[in-house]
Amino acid sequence: MRKFMMAAAFALPMLGGAAMAQETLKIGYIDPLSGSGASIGEVGLKTFQFLADEVNAKGGIQGKKVEIVPLDNKTNPQESLIQAQKAIDAGVRYLTQGNGSSVAGALSDFVTKYNERNPGKEVLYFNYAAVDPVLTNAKCSFWHFRWDANSDIKMEALTNYMKATPAIKNVYLINQDYSFGESVRTAAKAMLAAKRPDIKIVGDELHPLLKITDFAPYIAKIKASGADTVVTGNWGQDFALLLKAAADAGLKVNWYTYYAGGTGGPTAIKQANLNHQVFQVGEGIPNLDHPSSQEFEKAIRAKYDFSLFYPRAVNEMRMLAAAADKAKSIDPVKVAAALEGMEVEVFDGGKGYMRKDDHQFFQPIYISSLGDRTEREPFDEEKTGWGWRLVAKIDTSATVLPTTCKMERPN
Amino acid sequence: MLELIVISTLNGVLFGMLLFLMASGLTVIFSMLGVLNFAHASFYMLGAFFGFQISRWFGFWPALLVAPLLAGAIGAGVERYGLRRVHKNGHVAELLFTFGLAFVIEEVVQIIWGKGPVDFRIPPSLDFPAFTIFSTNYPAYKMFMLLVSIAIFVGLLIVLKRTRIGLIVQAALTHPHMVGHLGHNVGRIFMLVFGVGTALAAVAGVIAGPALVTQSNMAGLLGPILFVVVVVGGLGSLPGAFVASLLIGLVQTFAVSMNGSLSGAFGPLSPDYASTWLADIWSVTIAQIAPIVPYVLLVLILIFRPMGLLGTRET
Amino acid sequence: MSEIASTVAPPLPATSEKLKFYAIWMAAAIVLLLLPHIFSSGGSLTTFSLIGISIIFSLSYNILLGQTGMLSFGHAVYYGLGGFLVIHAINIIGANKLPIPLPVVPLIGGLTGLLFAALLGWVSTQRSGTAFAMISLGVAELIASSALILRTFFGGEAGVSANRTKLLKLFGWNFGPQIQIYYLVATWTLIAVIAMYALTRTPLGRMCNAVRDNPERVQFVGYNPHTVRYLAFCFSGFFAGIAGALAAINFEIANAAYLGAQQSGTVLFATYIGGIGFFIGPIVGAIFVTFLSLGLSDLTQVWQLYFGLIFIAVVLFAPGGITGLLMMHRPLVKAGTLPKVLPSYLAALVPTLAMIVGLVLAIETIVHYTVNPGDDSHIKAFGVNFDAASPYIWAMSVILLLAGFLVARKTWAWIGHAWDNATSVAREKGIAT
Repeated sequence: MRKFMMAAAFALPMLGGAAMAQETLKIGYIDPLSGSGASIGEVGLKTFQFLADEVNAKGGIQGKKVEIVPLDNKTNPQESLIQAQKAIDAGVRYLTQGNGSSVAGALSDFVTKYNERNPGKEVLYFNYAAVDPVLTNAKCSFWHFRWDANSDIKMEALTNYMKATPAIKNVYLINQDYSFGESVRTAAKAMLAAKRPDIKIVGDELHPLLKITDFAPYIAKIKASGADTVVTGNWGQDFALLLKAAADAGLKVNWYTYYAGGTGGPTAIKQANLNHQVFQVGEGIPNLDHPSSQEFEKAIRAKYDFSLFYPRAVNEMRMLAAAADKAKSIDPVKVAAALEGMEVEVFDGGKGYMRKDDHQFFQPIYISSLGDRTEREPFDEEKTGWGWRLVAKIDTSATVLPTTCKMERPN
Repeated sequence: MLELIVISTLNGVLFGMLLFLMASGLTVIFSMLGVLNFAHASFYMLGAFFGFQISRWFGFWPALLVAPLLAGAIGAGVERYGLRRVHKNGHVAELLFTFGLAFVIEEVVQIIWGKGPVDFRIPPSLDFPAFTIFSTNYPAYKMFMLLVSIAIFVGLLIVLKRTRIGLIVQAALTHPHMVGHLGHNVGRIFMLVFGVGTALAAVAGVIAGPALVTQSNMAGLLGPILFVVVVVGGLGSLPGAFVASLLIGLVQTFAVSMNGSLSGAFGPLSPDYASTWLADIWSVTIAQIAPIVPYVLLVLILIFRPMGLLGTRET
Repeated sequence: MSEIASTVAPPLPATSEKLKFYAIWMAAAIVLLLLPHIFSSGGSLTTFSLIGISIIFSLSYNILLGQTGMLSFGHAVYYGLGGFLVIHAINIIGANKLPIPLPVVPLIGGLTGLLFAALLGWVSTQRSGTAFAMISLGVAELIASSALILRTFFGGEAGVSANRTKLLKLFGWNFGPQIQIYYLVATWTLIAVIAMYALTRTPLGRMCNAVRDNPERVQFVGYNPHTVRYLAFCFSGFFAGIAGALAAINFEIANAAYLGAQQSGTVLFATYIGGIGFFIGPIVGAIFVTFLSLGLSDLTQVWQLYFGLIFIAVVLFAPGGITGLLMMHRPLVKAGTLPKVLPSYLAALVPTLAMIVGLVLAIETIVHYTVNPGDDSHIKAFGVNFDAASPYIWAMSVILLLAGFLVARKTWAWIGHAWDNATSVAREKGIAT
């Protein structure tokens, strides 16, 4: 159905016909659905579709059924702008995206300029996974809302945990050479220096993004430095190959990561046989003692055979519904006004809120480790038999960071 | 420091041998048929995926044997039904054909095996540390990779120098037209050479698959480096390809482990320049520019010594 | 036997031919003017702007490939550098309130392209053929990688953005709305196309063709092929820079993808599929490929596979591209024998179509099983509903594929016969060779 809808939506507006009457609330999902990013993009799409079904089963939002419109951006900022324009022509007024901060930046910029140049036809942009801090700082926008803790917030949570872990003495930083990797290392160095000045940063490495096929020389350097802990933002094959090389060389350290749970991550960890030595900082894991989120996890695994990687998508959809209810309308400007400042009970327990100053969502952050399970961890990952075990919960208030955002509001 | 050098040398030689397995086929194909096979790295990828699938069903050792044969057969088919038809339209058309082929192979692999990495394991019989140098374990599987590469290199040398078909191939490397004039079935030789060349690339794929990540972007990552090797080594020269493979393998591995930068050597720039492009160049480390070093080499060789290091022909 | 050399200059073209020539350009201008009134949605205006940019880019690429015989894998470098410099220029002009309106800005992009082509061109064009292709690939990879290292200029992978509405207004236009951008792009496209066409008619343009066909002979005639290639390279870089500038203005962002291998690959696809032998070829190719890449991804999940297959089919069976195929019919039209081949085309249409449908069915069904095994098996591809799990569909796809192929082969032979007849008639009339 969706493919025909998109084909029609592409063809009809060519003739300049008015957008079809709004019987549904359309949410444009702009992420890679082909090419190298597609495996992650498909996961996100199915998650949102699952959530849309959940909302529609309860009667939709303000009586309108929610429809997810998939738009393939091929992980390319220019393509994302084209798809956004297509979506707007097809009557979409809510866009959501997550894969790639470069795309997010372009989208946020586009939405801001579009809304400025087309008053009355405003569009909102919900960011569910792009973590570059600049999107809620220097380049913030009233029309952009972010549900993922940005990389600085995650580092704040992580360093608060590390503050209370005296066993950590020598830390090695290894990251990908691009904006995300840069922000991870800068934040790590600054925050560790402030909270644990006794910790020595014994290495600070930036390697080219997705180009290294053999991390053995890097592992050799880590070994030579005498580190007991490695902090890395690596994801995808950079993560998998790093762990592989570490396992080959017999390196015994603890790994603190952002994206160990990403597609292929748990498999790599199991293959490298690093039992409860790889930690992840994130906003939730399936093995939390919280009945309603575990029910959700079971349902989504039954339908789609993957574990819920985006608890923040759940928060996003539920808050959209709540904001529309509060504003009694699905008009984006009113929904935006209702969304900012909103406090909710987060998907897996605890209080969260959307900060008005910069449209950044704050929520409890969890540190977890992957390894063999006990009865308290009913869910495993990627059929490896190993699952995430809760190590620490950082309360919302301990994750808050100031912002430099000077938001321009519509009047 | 010494540990780093030894490990890097071992890894560099290993990577170089892997490159040579692929570059040997590519050089021979380029020299004989005149076509730079853009899809060569795709056969490397096919070898890895076939190896993965067959090892899932039958085990690693059958995979090592069957996957290259399969890939070689596909290569021969491509030559017979595709390249030969395009040949009459010129070199540009041949290049474009292999370019499109590389694209399509990557798509087909993505459709069948997905876009993520597949779980190609090292066979348990080889999954142990071979020796411990200083404090790092060197895996036995990597020694196995080295041995296989050397064995194939030796085998290739013997075939080329001692067998009749090898002599013909050697001749065709430097004087392709003459070989045709002499009455050999050039079409059959071309098909054979293409098939064997791609089979060699597939062997490299099967043995590299468990060590590196087996994913549908493998070809795109290794492809450009392969061209650099072939061009730097020189046309019509297998020893050139060997030297270039080792050179590039070592350079890449060593560059990655060096953290030197201009700022490290000469001290930081004054803060006035902090946000200009000069600051970027000043503080970039050798490790960060390691991936582009082969291309610098490529451009320099093409400008100053277009026949490559040991090449015997220019076109 | 006639004289070897004539002592009179060739006659000037007749007035009717001159009128025909200018009429084509006038018609093009009128079409560009009226297009947005027929298709007025934001999406179609964006599409047209993209097509215009792609036309300029592909034509600039064809100066290298079709006219001078240089296959470059790194043409996007000049496109991208033009785009980046224009973004920086817009930021500087806006910040300092310089009196430079937006329509003049693409010229800055063009000059950037020209500058870098002049810098890099001399060593690149030393040789042609495969060596040139390799150099272009190496240089492109070098610059694309440097884009991620020189963060201050290139902005890292987020790129650099600008606001095009901050410049001097022209006739009250601030170039915020897409329709104004469309007109900007359309005007520049017309200018660039006229300029590049004029280039092909100059002696330099002819010498480029000569260098493509027989560089050794060019040396004997007294020209240096290296110089000719270098000049073609510079012109090509200039127009690529204009295209990049327009793209940067349209998207208000420039990032490393502008310089990347994918952008170079796309322009290569577009130019080659359109046809490198004719001036209008890249225009056709640009329109075709832009529509394909925008629309195909909505119709099927594996649009890239179809893209690649179409490209290979063109390389194998129609090396002259779409325009090449169409232009093959010109002698037949002139001789009036076109109706002879039409029936065979119609006869071949059905089985060939059947074969293609069978192939597409097979591909989509396989894709469903390998990529979306958990999904409902009722899928839609190309707007058509079918159930991928039903054996009836599998049987139908196999039958369509095989039977279609076998029958189609016969009809293709028939086309060949019809062509032979038609061409011999044309030959007798002295029209075809």
